[in-house]
Amino acid sequence: MFPRTSQNPRPAPRSRAGGGPRTVGSPGAPDAPGGGGPAAAPHAFPAPRVGRRAEGAWGWLFVSPMVLILGLFLVLPILMALWVSLLNWDGQSNPFSGQAEFVGLDNYRGLLTQDGLDRTLFATSLRNNLYYVLLTVPLQTILALTLALIVNQRMLRGRSALRTAFFFPSVTSSIAVSTIFLFLFQGSGAVNTVLSWIGVKGPNWFNDSRGVLSLLLGGLGIVDTSHPTGALADHSFMGLSWFEWLSGPSVAMCTIILLAVWTTSGTFMLIFLAALQDIPRELEEAAAIEGVSRFQLLRYVTLPALRPVLFLVLTLGLISTWQVFDQVYVMSQGAPGNTTLTPAFLSYSSAFNDADFGQGAAIAFILLTLILTMTAVQRFLFRERTPRARRNR
Amino acid sequence: MPNRTAIAALVTCAAMMAATGCSSSFGSDEKTTQDTSEKQHLTVLIASSGDAETKAVKDAAAAWAKQSGNTVTVDVAKDINQQLAQSFAGHKPPDAFYVNSDQFANYAQGGSLYPYGDQIKDADDFSAQLRASFTHDGKLVCLPKDTSTLALAINDDLWKKAGLTAKDYPTTWAELKTVAARLTKGDVTGLVINGEYARVGAFMKQAGGWITNADQTKMTADSTQNTQALNYVQSLLKSGSLKYANQVDTNWGGEALGKNKAAMTIEGNWLTGGMKADYPDVKYTAVPLPAGPAGTGTLAFSQCWGVAQDSGHRAAAVDLVKYLTSSTQMMKNADAFGVMPSRTSALAEYAKKYPSAKAWADATAYAQGPVTVSGFDKVLTQFNTDLAELATGDPKKILADLQRNGEPALTTGE
Repeated sequence: MFPRTSQNPRPAPRSRAGGGPRTVGSPGAPDAPGGGGPAAAPHAFPAPRVGRRAEGAWGWLFVSPMVLILGLFLVLPILMALWVSLLNWDGQSNPFSGQAEFVGLDNYRGLLTQDGLDRTLFATSLRNNLYYVLLTVPLQTILALTLALIVNQRMLRGRSALRTAFFFPSVTSSIAVSTIFLFLFQGSGAVNTVLSWIGVKGPNWFNDSRGVLSLLLGGLGIVDTSHPTGALADHSFMGLSWFEWLSGPSVAMCTIILLAVWTTSGTFMLIFLAALQDIPRELEEAAAIEGVSRFQLLRYVTLPALRPVLFLVLTLGLISTWQVFDQVYVMSQGAPGNTTLTPAFLSYSSAFNDADFGQGAAIAFILLTLILTMTAVQRFLFRERTPRARRNR
Repeated sequence: MPNRTAIAALVTCAAMMAATGCSSSFGSDEKTTQDTSEKQHLTVLIASSGDAETKAVKDAAAAWAKQSGNTVTVDVAKDINQQLAQSFAGHKPPDAFYVNSDQFANYAQGGSLYPYGDQIKDADDFSAQLRASFTHDGKLVCLPKDTSTLALAINDDLWKKAGLTAKDYPTTWAELKTVAARLTKGDVTGLVINGEYARVGAFMKQAGGWITNADQTKMTADSTQNTQALNYVQSLLKSGSLKYANQVDTNWGGEALGKNKAAMTIEGNWLTGGMKADYPDVKYTAVPLPAGPAGTGTLAFSQCWGVAQDSGHRAAAVDLVKYLTSSTQMMKNADAFGVMPSRTSALAEYAKKYPSAKAWADATAYAQGPVTVSGFDKVLTQFNTDLAELATGDPKKILADLQRNGEPALTTGE
């Protein structure tokens, strides 16, 4: 039906890691917008306009079911929520009939610029989630990569058993895992019992709102944690003092971080494993002939080949950690001392507990902006920095 | 390319117009037409404390249905606040439902509750405090389905072991401090309470203070009385004779009492049901809370039976609620799952029938009802968060924050 398509000179068939680091290092080209569509047909073969039109129409026809579904259940609700975020809506009338008061950017103002409880809570939730992301994403990526490297070894016995074991937490319901963690980390729970064997008196994990960084600084005697003074206490940003911003994740939050790292590393291990098995043996053999050490092999051969996958894992990790909700909902609901409050949970609670759906929606949109910005920054950092990728075309 | 973009934009716009056009029908805002037929079908949504409560409500609804010729479906909510919020937004709420006191003001302000108080002839039978909690804009909106108050529950064995007798039951703050210190030994803490305003607030009341004034129009959080109360609680916390339930690995005071981790706790009459189910062997006595500098004080909690403004069966629903809040039905509920009747007449009967619960029943006379102001929930949540840190915090600052956070809610909530 589309003779042109078959002639479409696609980029030379790429094996994902086949061409060595250089081929792999050019994810930009195939990812370019419109790359997959008929519009990407090169101009080397001028075609009659009519044919292209028809092609476009057929294309739209074929994607229309998905476009409709996405539009109806994704784009439209998002736009509706955007409208709600501009209203003072209590959830008990029709937000599109003009009954709810239009307040413009007031919801956003209350969260970002106006001094008050709303801003303090939002700033606290941002701080908590920032520490959560800063710790969870690197830890889960490193752990997943390490696990993948371990189970990728051909010499390893019982590989499939290990793979299953490592992947198991990922397929278990996060609610169930959270509940078990609640028991493990009780004040007199299993973890503290084990710690007591080696003479450590563990904290009452889920009731400990002290920040780990401030504990560290207090332990070193740099800051008096109960009465912080000086620049840290005098300056504040968004209603939280610098000391509060810098106090680090609370002990309770660290427990949730531990849980998240443990449960998600399995999934990412699987992604890494798939990519690792895509790296051709010849590469490793060639490297071996060059006489590289194991570390050099990892640093100069394996990691570059994993680069696009690393980008994927980091992006997925970043997005999911900024949206953390279910663990918080089950384990702590923001307690102790609001140190496990996250924007996603705050959005839920201000909408459904305080009947302030406008503010809930506003939080969701600020979170969306934040995630988009982070992903853009990350994409920028992971861009292809050297021009050599073009050489193999 | 621009051509394509334009088409895409146009299609999106068209789709949106169509969808919003449709959406206008999800909230037709005309007056709900009332069903006047003989046989109506009603739906009821409750948040049940357990099978006993579910069964009691279902049985009562079935009895009413038989008597009135209607039919009733009783649904049990998993998360009633969320389920109600969704059904209000969709204008398909259940006809009658439980309303939590913390959500009451939100619903009443949003116009989702049908105020039926003026149709209840004997409304005076309900205690004035509870009626005040469920009144909005001067109208009694809904009837309290039951009530609970706080009392001091004492573990009898631990009490005796410490060499104390019934004469030593504390009646003042000073006595409470003494016995709490005496009972604290090893794994046992003298007094264990939940670290939240719904317990600590009782001390504020005993000192003569409270979060708001009587008609909930002004914040009175930063008063000297409240500071005195928090200072007292803080001194107990610092001495170690008072601990919060989560500090001893329990979820609530009753669990601490049952596990012999607490010699005393401050809980409501739901304690009887909880102890019977989980710790039937633990003997305990409920006595009135000790009096503070300003006399006795305790807190009352309640839920009410809301009738939906959007219901097509308001008359029938009000009739059902009347049936469910009758003295007979309240006594049946008390027998089935241990709640206290909210009618004064039934309460007297309850106190007679259950002498061990006398402390709770008597406390309704001087109990403080919950704060019911729209948007106040998050203020109190924040207060709870601060109270959890009371041992190391500054009572004055905690109350000042409460005052500051509450003021905007009171001005916009009215």
